[in-house]
Amino acid sequence: MKYLYLVWSNLKRKKMRTILTLLSIMVAFTLFGYLGAIRQGFSQGIDVAGVDRLIVRHKVSIIQLLPEAYESRLEQIEGVEDAVYQTWFGGIYQKPSNFFAQMPVNPQEYLEMYPEFLLTDEERQAWFKTRSGAIAGRGIADRFGWKVGDRIPINATIWTRKGGERTWEFDLVGIYDGAEKGTDLTQFLFRYDFFDESRQFGQGQVGWYTVRISDPDHAAETAAAIDAEFANSPYETKAEPEGAFLQGFANQVGDIGFIMMSIVAAVFFTILLVAGNTMAYAVRERTNELAVLKAIGFTDAAVLGLVLGESFVLTAIGGSIGLSLAWIMVSAGDPTGGSLPVFYIPASNFVVGAVLIVLMALVAGILPAVQAQRLRIADALRR
Amino acid sequence: MAGPLNWLSQIASIAMFNIRSLPQRMGSSLTAIFGIAGVVAVMVGVLSIAQGILQTMNHSASEDNVVVLRSGSNTEMMSIMLGDDARIVAEAPGLARNESGAIASPELFVIINLLKQSTGTDANVPLRGISGNALEIRDEFSIVEGRMFEWGLNEVVVGVGAKIEFEGLEVGSTITVAQEDWPVVGIFEAGGGLAETEIWVDASVLQPAYRRGNSYQAVYAKLESPEAFQEFKDALTSDPRLNVKPMRESEYYQSQSEMLYNLITGLGTLIAVIMGLGAVFGALNTMYTAVSSRSREIATLRALGFHSSPVVISILLESLLLALVGGVIGAVAAWWVFDGFRAATLNFTSFSQVAFAFDVSPSLLIRGIVFAMVIGLIGGLFPAIRAARQPVATALREL
Repeated sequence: MKYLYLVWSNLKRKKMRTILTLLSIMVAFTLFGYLGAIRQGFSQGIDVAGVDRLIVRHKVSIIQLLPEAYESRLEQIEGVEDAVYQTWFGGIYQKPSNFFAQMPVNPQEYLEMYPEFLLTDEERQAWFKTRSGAIAGRGIADRFGWKVGDRIPINATIWTRKGGERTWEFDLVGIYDGAEKGTDLTQFLFRYDFFDESRQFGQGQVGWYTVRISDPDHAAETAAAIDAEFANSPYETKAEPEGAFLQGFANQVGDIGFIMMSIVAAVFFTILLVAGNTMAYAVRERTNELAVLKAIGFTDAAVLGLVLGESFVLTAIGGSIGLSLAWIMVSAGDPTGGSLPVFYIPASNFVVGAVLIVLMALVAGILPAVQAQRLRIADALRR
Repeated sequence: MAGPLNWLSQIASIAMFNIRSLPQRMGSSLTAIFGIAGVVAVMVGVLSIAQGILQTMNHSASEDNVVVLRSGSNTEMMSIMLGDDARIVAEAPGLARNESGAIASPELFVIINLLKQSTGTDANVPLRGISGNALEIRDEFSIVEGRMFEWGLNEVVVGVGAKIEFEGLEVGSTITVAQEDWPVVGIFEAGGGLAETEIWVDASVLQPAYRRGNSYQAVYAKLESPEAFQEFKDALTSDPRLNVKPMRESEYYQSQSEMLYNLITGLGTLIAVIMGLGAVFGALNTMYTAVSSRSREIATLRALGFHSSPVVISILLESLLLALVGGVIGAVAAWWVFDGFRAATLNFTSFSQVAFAFDVSPSLLIRGIVFAMVIGLIGGLFPAIRAARQPVATALREL
């Protein structure tokens, strides 16, 4: 610690260079944090998927419907505690680019299945009482400026109403918050009974089921039991843990993780070149002074530490500012204007970021540091 | 020597002097070059994804083809078209005809789950049920392996893109639809278009398998000429029996790709701008170093009577040269690595997979190099101004 002052003075001697290096390191870490959030957005909160929940869908594809009557049959299977159904409504609010999920559900059962959706008691009661009532996540409510009491028209693309009418109107009775950071705040949920009696066709059919199981350790067995129950029926199912389902869906987009990693790697490689080169230059410029330090009794190890320390301070400051900046940018909202269901930097990314700071400081500083350590006093002073 | 000529020769001599001394500053110059190359490569790479998707969608469209959906639906997947309605659509004026009647094909469009090669997880693969005239509408359709399916049989043909991207679609393998095994009998090409991600089957076989009765989802048809569209559209929209939305094929595919294209382009641009900022700092660092290591030389030149503007311009030239080299390296690397690279992604609009090839187009390459030059310009400007402003006496005294 007593050398910190020395390290600091060295960084100050060419302010412009230090600042520019700092800024380029900052950019690398900003991008690292931001891309982490984008990746998280595409994986739709896999981190917070309930370990005790399975998704049961039609075996051929999720667009094919299942009978509503499966609910009671599912609940009789051993290991299954509760089952609720959802259906993809796929309507348009104002214009097609305003994309968000709308689903008819059974209010009581759905809120029990997803305790992370937080509503006040009044809002819950209002939803249970109002047939045309709907609730929306805080995210989309903010995005479209909805308030409780608003009437929200949604144009059906699939589910026309009886008589061919396309516009459905819902009364917003509640806005839910998330109990956890990764909770999807972009859902728009309305009542299945209202939906089923009003739709033109498809009565008694639902999209897919969410099932709560009693023992997450036996998820695979329970899933197999569910699929066996409906095997050889006209509606065969595929049951899988919620996390696997979400991961599978994210994989449909492509290997997002791999793409983001490649970009981050390219960025870090580039910044490493810049920072490493600057460090090397700074050491070369100071050959004389380092020799003086050694002459007055600094050990080789101390000189090595001094140079590495400089690299470390520079990277730590740049990296911290970069990560903070990413955090601020992410808090300001996602780049698609709200299409990503979740958008935040997972805590694990900050840990990885810290590790990267140390690694980068080491890699950028090690060559110049070793050079400085190996300096022979007599040669260096003569230069 | 006369004014302007003298000025130019001053620029030339300083620039040459700068460039010839570049090898002495090899380390920092290379840093700037590779920094900029990295930015350009990433930018061109990401944007080539968007370009490739757009290319695939555009390839799909022919000017004299039309698509008719139920009004209110923006994709085939969500549309429903009863058999009777499909028949009325096919009778509308403006359509091209052959011996079997109007060239129109009522089609079904569903998805099935198949494993994606790259990730090993389920993917939504489009399965299209076509009618007799479908091949007359898609001029570019051709079987490249095996044979066409027999009408009326549970056989399918698979697009080349789908065969590459998903597991179990070789000729001779089977796919499971509605608890039955349907053999793959052929592989087709469709001019690089969207159809190459699809699996095709006889619509009359797909209807019972999906319990669709006599209903379809869309009608594809060929017009007599591109100009006949208005007549066709007016006839359909004014028909009280129908509630449909006719679109040109090009218009339809554009609406299908818009969201995905904008998303990728937006993200790509954002990443490029942030990375570009990093490269500007790198370039500034390099040029400041270059200037400060030469401040005595520059001061000497000024003392000898060189103007300050040639000094500024020559330093800018050096910075632009480094950026140009970096930009070209980055662009060429991106072209070499990414052009033609095949991948598939989920198109949110149609909720199904699109196979496409990354497309590093010449205009993208030029954009990448221009971006590099902008970085070079900004990176060189401030150091150049500083060099020109330095008082000659102080600079000469510097170590």
